[in-house]
Amino acid sequence: MSALKYVGQRLPKADALDKVTGRAVYINDLSRPGMLHGKILYAAHAHALIKGIDVSKARALPGVRAVLTGADIPEIPLGFMRDNRPLKKGKVRTRRDEVAAVAATSPDIAQEAIELIEVEYEPLPALFSPEEALAADAPLIHEMDAKGRPAKSNKLSLPWKLICGDVEEGRARARHVAQGTFSTTWISHCCLGTSGVIAEFDLNRNLTMYSITQIPYLAQNDYLEALKAMGLPSSQVRVLCQTIGGGFGSKLDTHCYEFIAILLARATGKPVKMQFSREEEFLAQATRQPATMEISQGCDAEGRLTFREVHMLLDNGGYTSWGATTPSVMMVPVSSLYRVPNVRYLAESVYTNNIYAQAMRGYGNPQATFAIESNMDQLALMAGMDPVEFRLINANQPGDETPQGFKITTCGLGQCIEKVRQGLGWREHQRAKELGANVRGHKARGQGLASLIHVGGGARVYRSDGHGMIMKLDDFGRLTVFTGAVEIGQGNETILRQVAAEAVGLKLEDVGIVSHDTAICPWDVGTHASRAAFISGNAAIQCAAELRRKIFTLAAEQLEVEPEDLDLSQGLLLVRRSSGGEGQRLAVAEADESLPLAKVLRKAHFSAGGRMLVAETFYDPPNQMLDREFKGNLSCAYAFGAGGVEVEVDTQTGQVRILRYLAAHDVGRALNPMLLEGQIYGGSLMGVGMALTEEVKLHEGRVVNGNFLDYKMLTAKDAVPITPIIVETDDPAGPYGAKGVGEPGCVPSAPAIANAIFDAVGVRIRDLPITPEKVLRALQQKKDEVCRLVPAAC
Amino acid sequence: MKRAIEFRLNGQAVHVEARGGQTLLELLRQELGLNGVKEGCGAGECGACTVIVDGQALTSCIFPALEVEGASVTTIEGLAAPDGTLHPVQEAFVRNGAVQCGFCTPGQILSAKALLDLNPHPSEEQIRTALEGNLCRCTGYQQIIEAVKAAAEDQP
Repeated sequence: MSALKYVGQRLPKADALDKVTGRAVYINDLSRPGMLHGKILYAAHAHALIKGIDVSKARALPGVRAVLTGADIPEIPLGFMRDNRPLKKGKVRTRRDEVAAVAATSPDIAQEAIELIEVEYEPLPALFSPEEALAADAPLIHEMDAKGRPAKSNKLSLPWKLICGDVEEGRARARHVAQGTFSTTWISHCCLGTSGVIAEFDLNRNLTMYSITQIPYLAQNDYLEALKAMGLPSSQVRVLCQTIGGGFGSKLDTHCYEFIAILLARATGKPVKMQFSREEEFLAQATRQPATMEISQGCDAEGRLTFREVHMLLDNGGYTSWGATTPSVMMVPVSSLYRVPNVRYLAESVYTNNIYAQAMRGYGNPQATFAIESNMDQLALMAGMDPVEFRLINANQPGDETPQGFKITTCGLGQCIEKVRQGLGWREHQRAKELGANVRGHKARGQGLASLIHVGGGARVYRSDGHGMIMKLDDFGRLTVFTGAVEIGQGNETILRQVAAEAVGLKLEDVGIVSHDTAICPWDVGTHASRAAFISGNAAIQCAAELRRKIFTLAAEQLEVEPEDLDLSQGLLLVRRSSGGEGQRLAVAEADESLPLAKVLRKAHFSAGGRMLVAETFYDPPNQMLDREFKGNLSCAYAFGAGGVEVEVDTQTGQVRILRYLAAHDVGRALNPMLLEGQIYGGSLMGVGMALTEEVKLHEGRVVNGNFLDYKMLTAKDAVPITPIIVETDDPAGPYGAKGVGEPGCVPSAPAIANAIFDAVGVRIRDLPITPEKVLRALQQKKDEVCRLVPAAC
Repeated sequence: MKRAIEFRLNGQAVHVEARGGQTLLELLRQELGLNGVKEGCGAGECGACTVIVDGQALTSCIFPALEVEGASVTTIEGLAAPDGTLHPVQEAFVRNGAVQCGFCTPGQILSAKALLDLNPHPSEEQIRTALEGNLCRCTGYQQIIEAVKAAAEDQP
């Protein structure tokens, strides 16, 4: 087989030219003829009855075309538990609740109208933590449960329970047991492009959504449901994705504002645009799921894990998006990070009057891994073992089947850990530490490591994990690939071009991608679960095989040879006239004859009974949906990795400085190392932000830091030096061996940093973000404890 | 209140009416159709709206439009040659993988250009300082910084 021409190359992104010249059109830049602008009025209380809404002044304002409240719209249940509505009726449950919406001829007029709406509330007692919400006398936030029955408590009827093996047996067998309680908080995706949409009906009442969704086909389904509720059962929906200014999971659900746009467009007969401000983005765009996590793990005398038990309490906020389902992915590391025979995992979500959460890069994995990997270091300490050795003893191995039923094919976890250990100079550091050489004055250095497992071969979280693709050849030998995948900046279209050119046998410049249009491109479940390159890459290989079969059948007729005697490379058909080597790929030098593919295609097109070549495929990976016990082979390949950091902790200020960050990832195969490194850099720094600075702060349900001055996203000045280490394990299920890598970068960051802080100064920070205040407080507590035990030392 | 103003925009003379209270961002996007300048926060905190005014990179979302009277303004649309040849900073961003979602990219490039025009061979620390006001969620900044270094190296 000839060497690969495009796969593995550091090729620039296909969309980079438009983006560096300002030509790329984001939703923020898009306008439609006759378009109106929508604005939303949010609730003034976290929990209150709506006693009355007076919109008369708003309606009277010149330029206002429609004002809607919950009373004006049909029942359109939204969200995973169908507990949300585009506009709230009767009651508000959070400060982000949409109470009314306006469409007007300009954004300013719409905003002015919003301010003219008068709402009379009757405040209710509000609940701002799961603990308060679980109290016996707590008021009910939702009166009805998901099935329409009267609710008994604020607990969601969504119990996550995974039991593998016998945890009691594992606990009894453990020589050492470590336990801890950890927490993570609300984090904003901080997409630089704020959310927006344009909804437009044509005169046949068909709807076009100019959208930024990561799930065009599932969104299309949600919009169709809404149209049915609006009395438009035969309307069609076309979703046209614009250039997307950041995804990270924020666009995996359909959100209230999108349905408000549809309702306003229907009410006015005009296209209506909703465009969030940054403040709105922080308030109304659902965040990463916060979690409180109790964990205990045990190991035997040799350091082998005997059990892991994790209980989680999740603040669901007022409504249910994907946040409440993140335990389905938290289970991945809980059950399968390292070899652990006995596992028990329970998670519960509780309604509160806070904002709510959805998917965000890693889908719960970074939260769960923070608890697991922090606790692994605690356990290593108790067992008197080196934390790295301890991890290597327990590392997953190729061929393992984990207790949850994951079939590990390729696994580079051990290699990743080894490479990070070497890169950090772990042993040298530990020796230096023994001599106290890691401390200079009030600055102490420490090193820490954490591992990760994530789905790397799709994830069957929906009935289909499939991806449809069409390939079309024109008269000039140029290929157009129609894909359902969404480009969110990660570079999927570039990867797809590389894979398609490689697999079909064309020049890269002869391959174009058409995407982002549900009317043209076949179905795909969505750009989530680090699946786009894996799934669309495999679809391209499958579709290319079908296209090549058609090309060779056609060319064989024209050239009077057998299809087996043909190959296609760089747009040239290679013909073997001599015998031998059947079914092998031909090298150009071995061919007896070569001719441009375009010539064969034109001859076929312009002969009597003309033919043109199109191939289509639907690739659905051989993975399984989790069963009722949450077991099964969720993905057909698993991604592994290890993050290692060296920190310097200032014991006077509590400041943590990251001196080095090594990110080793088992990616199967690097399809484009430059774009791959981009995922690792970006993911890792997002993880560092989660670890050290980021938190959407709530006071009585109100976001109090909804801007970039107060919400501390890391800047170029804060960016830490990250060294990506790419480990290739050539997965048999992956396109050219590749596994997913979109999410893994951010998974091990927080525990690696927390472990390094412990290594440096001996305090364990259990609650993210690790602010200087928390470090100082922990150092003071440690000092007080020492003084209490050994008064002479103080 | 509207006032006629004159300034140079991407090398061309512009006569336009600006409102008091109107930001340069609004003038560029709404009146002059230059959508390459982005609004990410509307408060001068994210840098997506960066343009260059008389050699200085600044956030146009909080800069009064009336104040560009007589000034020379460069936006992302003014960097590449009419035949599409990219400015060296744009070229370096493409080649070094410094672009992902791309929403912050015009601002990053203009901040980098303003830096290199003033200081053709900056240290990494100077690059980081110049880009500090341009937030990026996708890249972790590393490939952006590498791109600016590469653009600096390509300069005479």
